[in-house]
Amino acid sequence: MGSYIPSTGEQRRQMLQAVGVNSIEELYTDVPAEIRFHPLDLPQGKTELEVSAAMRGIAAKNHVFGSIFRGAGAYDHYIPAIVRRIVAKEEFVTAYTPYQAEISQGILQSIFEYQTMICELTGLQAANASVYDGATAAAEAVTMCRERGRERVLISAGVHPAVRSTVQTYCDGVEVPVVEVPLQDGKTDAVALQGLLGDTDACLILQQPNYYGNIEDAAALGQLVHAAGAKFIMSVNPIAAGLLCSAAECGADIAVGEGQPLGMPLSFGGPYLGFMACTAVLTRRLPGRIVGETVDSRGGRCYVLTLQAREQHIRREKASSNICSNEALCAMTATAYLAAVGPGGLKQAAELSAAKAHYLAQRLCELPGFSLRYPSPFFHEFVTTCPVPPQQLMDALEEADILGGLPTGEGILWCATEKNTKQQIDRLIEVVGKVAR
Amino acid sequence: MNFPKHLMYSKTHEWVEKINETTARVGLTQYAQDELGDLVFVNLPAVGDAVTEGHSFGDVESVKAVSDIFSPVTGKVAAVNEELLDAPQKINEDPYGAWMVEVKDITAFGELLDDICYAAYCEAAQDA
Repeated sequence: MGSYIPSTGEQRRQMLQAVGVNSIEELYTDVPAEIRFHPLDLPQGKTELEVSAAMRGIAAKNHVFGSIFRGAGAYDHYIPAIVRRIVAKEEFVTAYTPYQAEISQGILQSIFEYQTMICELTGLQAANASVYDGATAAAEAVTMCRERGRERVLISAGVHPAVRSTVQTYCDGVEVPVVEVPLQDGKTDAVALQGLLGDTDACLILQQPNYYGNIEDAAALGQLVHAAGAKFIMSVNPIAAGLLCSAAECGADIAVGEGQPLGMPLSFGGPYLGFMACTAVLTRRLPGRIVGETVDSRGGRCYVLTLQAREQHIRREKASSNICSNEALCAMTATAYLAAVGPGGLKQAAELSAAKAHYLAQRLCELPGFSLRYPSPFFHEFVTTCPVPPQQLMDALEEADILGGLPTGEGILWCATEKNTKQQIDRLIEVVGKVAR
Repeated sequence: MNFPKHLMYSKTHEWVEKINETTARVGLTQYAQDELGDLVFVNLPAVGDAVTEGHSFGDVESVKAVSDIFSPVTGKVAAVNEELLDAPQKINEDPYGAWMVEVKDITAFGELLDDICYAAYCEAAQDA
């Protein structure tokens, strides 16, 4: 690291002399000889070249596809070069938790800006410093909604299976029942929801767009939820948020989501980023860290971790959540990405993703045996039928260095982003066409 | 320190105002608010909740800490001072006016001190 310069032998000798000892070992005289460190039985260390070769060998087992047409929760979006450059700054990479505000202003400010952007993205009034991933965010949002007399959770079947599974884990722990609201034509069934809603329900979680790519009638569903006195949680795709009605506009009390599309590479599953935002009245229920803006002793603007009495290290067993961490570097990444692309760029990424996905869908449906599974409008993902065993299709695509859509029980879930070129799409159609013949 | 004569006090620094034999109001003493510092939030029980003498029925939050409030009586919550939810500082400003809960159907009172004994108790606690 640029700021770390080890002391020289001469400097160390001078320091030892200043404290009155001749060697570093002498500083440990109080530690009994039998428990002092002994060399461990480890093989000799490898050289930098040997380590590089070993790591490259492991990485080579991973097939990094030339073009990707799969989403299902993690998306291959364009990451402007400046994002990685900013995030790689050693001050950000090595910054630890900002509990001591005096020496953490830089990281605190970056988190404050992140929180501000999340509020802008969702339209809601308060946001936290992030949690581990979108699934955690959804489960924590459920915890925010539970109160006496309202201890049942409704979750749309259109929510990502991994998110549903995580919510179930959280609810199992506190014996809270989770009821799934079925889909109709690929979207949450409003009639079924109305039938299920009762006065013991804490909340409904809706994903927008949902797992199958379809755009939900969020505002209408939100109204049904509120009419029953429950809270409305929306799990939103942050890129789609640049184009669709905001969570606040749809009446969400809490907005959560997976922030990976905001400048984080796929990275074989992580680290990702869970964002959370809520209405002003629910601010005290937000879990995790929150950065606030205040003034210092000289009246200048500064930042600090605030509302800390919510957190586990103070409230202990009475805390509503045991989360006491955030994904600082990933939040920094999302902040750098959003700053780099701006609202216009985010909208453009969303428009291009939608356009490419619709072109892909149109061309796929020209092939015999492929048709859209659902009639609903979609964002950048959609499900098609498949005339051959899906694995056969995937194998053929893999040979062409293409990662095809995800085979699911409902059909193949395809995805396109702004990164997919027309040439890539046409090439995929060519390969699929040969297989489907 | 001010400890009104007409109130009774618990060793955990709550005051009790008997309205009749089975109804009382409860709040925090001046000593308590002074020790806690500026309060930023209050967590109160709901109307209808059962409270038990000696057991926590809520908590108050200052900037750096959260402290339990212990019920000096056993009974049922008849009313909650909702004003405190938006203005917890009232407990600091007017501890004896800022009642927290009103309890009815009281079946038991905890160990309570009069203002003189409580004042002595607080002084001993400060010297300790």
